[in-house]
Amino acid sequence: MLRRSLASIAALAAAMALVMIVRSPAAGQAQPPGAKPAPATPAAKSWTLPRTQDGKPDLQGIWNNATVTPLQRPKGLGAKEFYSDEEFAKLSTRIRRGDVGEEAELGAARENDLRYDISLYGGFDISKARFASNKRTSLIVGPEGVVPPMLPEAKQRNAERAEKNKGHEFDSYENRPLSERCILMAQEMIPMLPGAGEGNLLQIVQGPGYVVFLHEIDHSTRVIPTDGRPHIPQNIREWQGDSVGHWEGNTLVVDTTNFTARSAFRGSGEKLHLVERFTRNADDQITYQFTVEDPTTWAKPWTAEIPMTKTEGPVYEWACHEGNTMISTILHGARVQEEEAAKKAGK
Amino acid sequence: MRNRFTASMIAGVAVLCVLSLAAWPSPAQAPAYRAPRTADGKPQLSGIWQALNTADWDLEGHAAAMGPVPSLGAVFAVPPGLGVVEGDEIPYLPAMAAKKKENQANWVKLDPEVKCYLPGVPRAAYLPYPFQIVQSQNNILISYEYAGAVRVINMGAPSKAPADSWMGWSNGHWEGETLVVDVTSQMEDTWFDRSGNFHSDALHVVERYTPRSADTLNYEATIEDPKVFSRPWKISMPLYRRVEKNARLLEYKCPEFAEELLYGPLRKKPSN
Repeated sequence: MLRRSLASIAALAAAMALVMIVRSPAAGQAQPPGAKPAPATPAAKSWTLPRTQDGKPDLQGIWNNATVTPLQRPKGLGAKEFYSDEEFAKLSTRIRRGDVGEEAELGAARENDLRYDISLYGGFDISKARFASNKRTSLIVGPEGVVPPMLPEAKQRNAERAEKNKGHEFDSYENRPLSERCILMAQEMIPMLPGAGEGNLLQIVQGPGYVVFLHEIDHSTRVIPTDGRPHIPQNIREWQGDSVGHWEGNTLVVDTTNFTARSAFRGSGEKLHLVERFTRNADDQITYQFTVEDPTTWAKPWTAEIPMTKTEGPVYEWACHEGNTMISTILHGARVQEEEAAKKAGK
Repeated sequence: MRNRFTASMIAGVAVLCVLSLAAWPSPAQAPAYRAPRTADGKPQLSGIWQALNTADWDLEGHAAAMGPVPSLGAVFAVPPGLGVVEGDEIPYLPAMAAKKKENQANWVKLDPEVKCYLPGVPRAAYLPYPFQIVQSQNNILISYEYAGAVRVINMGAPSKAPADSWMGWSNGHWEGETLVVDVTSQMEDTWFDRSGNFHSDALHVVERYTPRSADTLNYEATIEDPKVFSRPWKISMPLYRRVEKNARLLEYKCPEFAEELLYGPLRKKPSN
């Protein structure tokens, strides 16, 4: 009896599946057609923006923002925002020979050369290093191309903080950098600044009313509502702030406030206000643009633009805290040194 | 034409519901409920969910008990619970039951939750924190408030884990109303609860999420680990939707709260 019921269920399920298939084109008619892989040729005009089931631009996938383009414009380039095709090609050839000038920033790739599957990232192989495909001379846009000067009050704030820690760097875990403590690592921080080689993977998943950004680094996850709700109350401050989003045409706009003063993005305070824009402009590219303002830190807002390129997974689990032997090793080492110094002084 | 299809679909669903009831009569199961559908016809599980029980204290039934920190008094005593294990008892192999007891005796020292380590599956589902399901077509992401834990359930062709991990590797598929998730490649370091219930690296978990009403899900997990248990066993519990209008997951980056415990003894002594 049970077997027969199961058989009829299977038959029904099959029938239902068919019904679904027949129905789905009709249901989909209200929406623009689905994703089509972009042609390899530069005929970008024929490309159609893929959309999710609820008709929003589809940003989903695994993206990589690795670049050696520096945040700030190298001195001597003046107001030059873009390289010519020729200059860009020359520069790319030069960097791949290992000739790193001021025009390139190797960032994370210089230091972190241990990774259990580095081939996935390609970043330690200088021959694969790349500049941002938008040919910008700096990630920061505009004629100046640099972070605006820091306000005197911000300089003082940051100097005081540094001074307080001076000479106490090894006293306690509280004196160690946030990245060592697995609280905020450079490439999980927002706004998202790329490194040259690793830790640049971002997975985007979209569900009804939400967009999720999952950074590979420290499994940092932002679940962003896009239903127009306001920020959480101002008295609740978070390391990564509070992000809410909305769609402006085909662009996802994410607004983030409620930062703590401790997360300090390039010396910012808790008044930091971040606006990020995500626009998919090719099958394999999203343009990521952010503007930061903080009236207690910079004289004016500043904006950067970074292309993100579609890449293959998987996104590994980055369990930073679970494997953190760094803090205990550093502190233990400092205590041993102190003990030895005390012994020596006693003799 | 379209109407006829719709009609046959509704009829099909009705028959299917009746058949489901006939085929799986279980007193524990709620009456068949058909969840709202995604555009591609799958049950819609998106939302913020939370368990409302004492499973994280002890999967098995337990009386109230004194907490581990006397100064916290009634605030952090162990609340009583009927347990969520089918058949009431976890079938440990004789040698492994002793290890469970030892874990329990050293709970605060050994429980990875105390250290803010990623919780693994199924514990993530019944920790006393909300989690959010974000359902897409090719994958389903679950973001947990505790420790910012996260997993992406692959809904495409099943794939193999590239490496063992704390949250494991999840392949999902639909069985009627139920999301079935097969979880493998979990680290052996996670526990099931605050009572020392544990597993080895051979852990295999099959989760089943079944909508039972607009705001509740049935959650079941079958746990198999031949190195630790004499047979597979099952837990089940309802999960409740956080229906507050402004419900959100907030940031709970807990490494900060475990640092004194982990690194405090290595702090520079004032006398030095």
